Amino acid sequence: MTTVTKTEDAAAPGGPESFLSVRDLSVRFATEDGVVKAVDGLSFDVERGRTLGIVGESGSGKSVTNLTILGLHNPRSTTVDGEIVLDGKELVTATEREMEQLRGNKAAMIFQDPLTALSPYYTVGRQIAEPFRKHTGASKKAAWERAVEMLGKVGIPNPEQRAKDYPHQFSGGMRQRAMIAMALVCDPDLLIADEPTTALDVTVQAQILDLLKDLQQEFGSAIIFITHDLGVIADMADDIMVMYAGGAIERGTTDQVLRSPQHPYTWGLLKSMPRLDSDLGTPLAPIPGTPPSLLDPPSGCRFHPRCTFQDRVGGDRCVTERPLLGPDRSSACHLTAEQKRTIFVEEIKPRLG
Amino acid sequence: MKEDLVLPTPREAAAGASGEPLLVAEGLTKHFPVKGGFPVRRTVGQVQAVDGIDLTVHVGESFGLVGESGCGKSTTGRLITRLLEPTGGTISYRGRDITRASRRQLAPIRSEIQMIFQDPYSSLNPRQTVGKIISGPMEINGIDPAGGREKRVRELLEIVGLNPEHFNRFPHEFSGGQRQRIGVARALALEPKLIVADEPVSALDVSIQAQVVNLLQKVQEELGIAFLFIAHDLAVVRHFSQRVAVMYLGKVIEVGDRDSIYTRPRHPYTHALLSAVPEVNVTGGDESGRERIRLAGDVPSPINPPSGCRFRTRCWKAQDKCAAEEPPLVRLSGNRDGHLTACHFPEEPTIEAREQDIVLDPALAALEETDED
Amino acid sequence: MLQFIIRRTVGAAVTLFLIGAATFFLFVAAPSDYASLACGKDCSAQRLEDIREALGLNLPIAQQFWDFMSGIVMGRDFPSGHCPAPCLGESFYSGDLVWDTIADRFPLTLSLTIGSAVVFLVIGLGTGMLAAFRRGSPVDKAATGASMVLSSFQIYFLGPIALTVFVYSTGWMEDPKYVPISQDPIGWLVGLSIPMVVMATIFTAQYTRMARSSLIEQLAEDHVRTARAKGMSQRYVFFRYAWRGSLIPIVTILGIDLSSLLGGAVVTELTFSLQGIGRLAVDGAVNKDLPLTMGVMLVGAFAILVLNIFTDIAYAWIDPRVRLS
Repeated sequence: MTTVTKTEDAAAPGGPESFLSVRDLSVRFATEDGVVKAVDGLSFDVERGRTLGIVGESGSGKSVTNLTILGLHNPRSTTVDGEIVLDGKELVTATEREMEQLRGNKAAMIFQDPLTALSPYYTVGRQIAEPFRKHTGASKKAAWERAVEMLGKVGIPNPEQRAKDYPHQFSGGMRQRAMIAMALVCDPDLLIADEPTTALDVTVQAQILDLLKDLQQEFGSAIIFITHDLGVIADMADDIMVMYAGGAIERGTTDQVLRSPQHPYTWGLLKSMPRLDSDLGTPLAPIPGTPPSLLDPPSGCRFHPRCTFQDRVGGDRCVTERPLLGPDRSSACHLTAEQKRTIFVEEIKPRLG
Repeated sequence: MKEDLVLPTPREAAAGASGEPLLVAEGLTKHFPVKGGFPVRRTVGQVQAVDGIDLTVHVGESFGLVGESGCGKSTTGRLITRLLEPTGGTISYRGRDITRASRRQLAPIRSEIQMIFQDPYSSLNPRQTVGKIISGPMEINGIDPAGGREKRVRELLEIVGLNPEHFNRFPHEFSGGQRQRIGVARALALEPKLIVADEPVSALDVSIQAQVVNLLQKVQEELGIAFLFIAHDLAVVRHFSQRVAVMYLGKVIEVGDRDSIYTRPRHPYTHALLSAVPEVNVTGGDESGRERIRLAGDVPSPINPPSGCRFRTRCWKAQDKCAAEEPPLVRLSGNRDGHLTACHFPEEPTIEAREQDIVLDPALAALEETDED
Repeated sequence: MLQFIIRRTVGAAVTLFLIGAATFFLFVAAPSDYASLACGKDCSAQRLEDIREALGLNLPIAQQFWDFMSGIVMGRDFPSGHCPAPCLGESFYSGDLVWDTIADRFPLTLSLTIGSAVVFLVIGLGTGMLAAFRRGSPVDKAATGASMVLSSFQIYFLGPIALTVFVYSTGWMEDPKYVPISQDPIGWLVGLSIPMVVMATIFTAQYTRMARSSLIEQLAEDHVRTARAKGMSQRYVFFRYAWRGSLIPIVTILGIDLSSLLGGAVVTELTFSLQGIGRLAVDGAVNKDLPLTMGVMLVGAFAILVLNIFTDIAYAWIDPRVRLS
């Protein structure tokens, strides 16, 4: 309640309507090999009831960002700068106690591997009831009933009985449903889903993705959906932010980013991904090289060592000057808007089969 | 060539999928016993990991094996490389039955069938240099290439796109994608005729995945090596394999040429699988062009699988016959040659959207019901 | 669970029998025997034969073994009188019933084991938890450093120092001695306090380090992070989620430590001149006293097997995956 003025920042994309607002976030880890700049100067907004898809490869900083929003990073080895404002409340400077009140209540999280993310020692029902009791002060019995109700809602058959089971007695898909029930039990305004279907089989993934979409309709939460899979993001997200080496490099609506992408890295992702309908005569076009080490990230544009369009920019701007990502629809690349459009239409799109 | 058998040149092999069969598995079965019981522990059940499957990999072709967890695709790969002993059925390689062949009898064949594993981190010995890892198979099999092993290792590194000067480095000095290239170089060291690749790219990032897929494709086409390509990613398998088999709970339920499987599938499970793949619509066409099928629940346990057709418990077309009678894997009328389906009540050969989506998941059905009201 | 306990008990009985057999036949196969030892330097063949007959060593080995093992279940008759079940035979050396000797010595060993276990569990696990909870803090560093130093000490080093400080030079305490707890609980505690504490010191260091590392490992688990993501407090997560999982390795080592202590703490007993099971084991081996050795071995093995079963029950209690599989 003390930091309302922050959102009046002129550079703020999205404006005051945004429910979650991240500004110039930097996250650094101290490791034995040096300081890892896991996230560097990241800003974005999420609106109520919308889904922001964050796509990126391993090491892009997408998971770290979201752990930081909930304050789940290790405070001893991590330095966080910038600001995170959730519904008017600043979180970077919030106390541990304040964060506890918020986690699982206003903002909840679903993790990748439901087998390891659920405790093997307690029943599924208890693990779902626990945050409900804590945040609403409900009685043990009422919390248990709520847990059973939630299990039923996410499609666990026979929820009264299954609530008494332990996670290892559930199948993979059921565990992820239980995880979703646990995250939604306090009706959070923000749900962060970190690769929630990566560990699941494809037919089960389809069920879980549809379930999340349907539940969002009912609960009206904002969702941040983190994934490396462009197909999943296309299915789930309203807006997309593409991350590379600790920063956002392109953002826009799902249609904009996937149908008329502007950044060479996004082009690279699309060209390297086989699709069920792609032309088999067109070979995949991988992005050359490997993602950079975040101990010593490249100067200028972090993608420049792997980028094949540097010569179109001219000079050494790509090496010396870090391109900025604007608010709304934009991409962090020194190519001109005209170049981006023509390169995509003339050189990239035909190769997407 | 140590053997008298005449092999077709790579070019001939690549010409037709209906070429000479290289590896034939018939009725291949692997059951793992489940122990339990009281007072004396005994075998109380069998995990029917692979249960009587037939498949043929032709010389120089890439044969894809897809399915979800527990379908037995990885076990099949391990049976074919004889890392596991089959419980039943036969495996023959170039016409020779190798199902029960001893170590000694297998020796000359071992070098011709190689394997690439999923995890590039754990499948390379961290204490050996890359040179040692790649030359290891040559040493074990007593192969001395002209110009020495080190020269050959450099050649192999070059083929897989690594710097040949790096043969003295250790695996941890390489990235995931580069490690998988080392795995490919090791597999190539013995000039194999068949490579069994078990989820070779699923541990890699998208941009790196494409590098390795392209490498494997190059190896397959230029060196004429046949592949048994095992993966859960349907798009990758489609990209890489000329023929594809779909497995479910230890059975092959549909097999055929790529085009038939991906655009004219007949088995309900194949339909469900294809419809579940989330796709990027880059072309901007009609979003709802594909059918939507949402199954209920997960794959059942391969211990005591359902009677008859194993998919029947999750199938929207199941009838009494499906429980009573196991459908044979046969060519249905209208299917292309070699397109076999194991189903009593096959679907139409199209993946176009249906009038009504098939939503079997009760939670989804309930939520979508209320949406429509 | 009941099935499991029954199966394990049957298994334990078989194991005990095999251990008995192994001990017996190894002992018999050894180059010298009690008879030739007792016979002395100028031993006549006749005298040796007499001794062997008196001890029953003249019988076939299989017969001797059968007599011994069946005695455990059914009791045995000796010329000196009846030995009721469970009969572990008569000591060659003293002629006493082995069972009685062990029953006489066991309370001391049990007292030492339980007494020191209480100390090292409370202090060791407590310090370990504190160190893990405040990882990286001065408390953690002090605890880690101290346990490092202490765990490198040995009983025969710390024991004499403790005796010198508390008994010989200051006269604050008397020499360690055993008083049955039923007679005088305070005397029992005071009499054994020095050996208990010295033994516990070394174990405390070990349990501190184990509890700390095991907890730190658990705190990094995904499910612990999930619990925090639900808004559960750090303290709650620590005690409800991390602590539970960290018990598995602790219980494993505790089972091993307790059973080896119950089999006799030879060094401790020698250091403090106490008469426990450990001393009996040494006596049996030195004197070629077959029944005594058999008795001590079987009691030690029994302790190990019983604690093994307890450890497994503890696993099942801690982890539902064990319980319900």
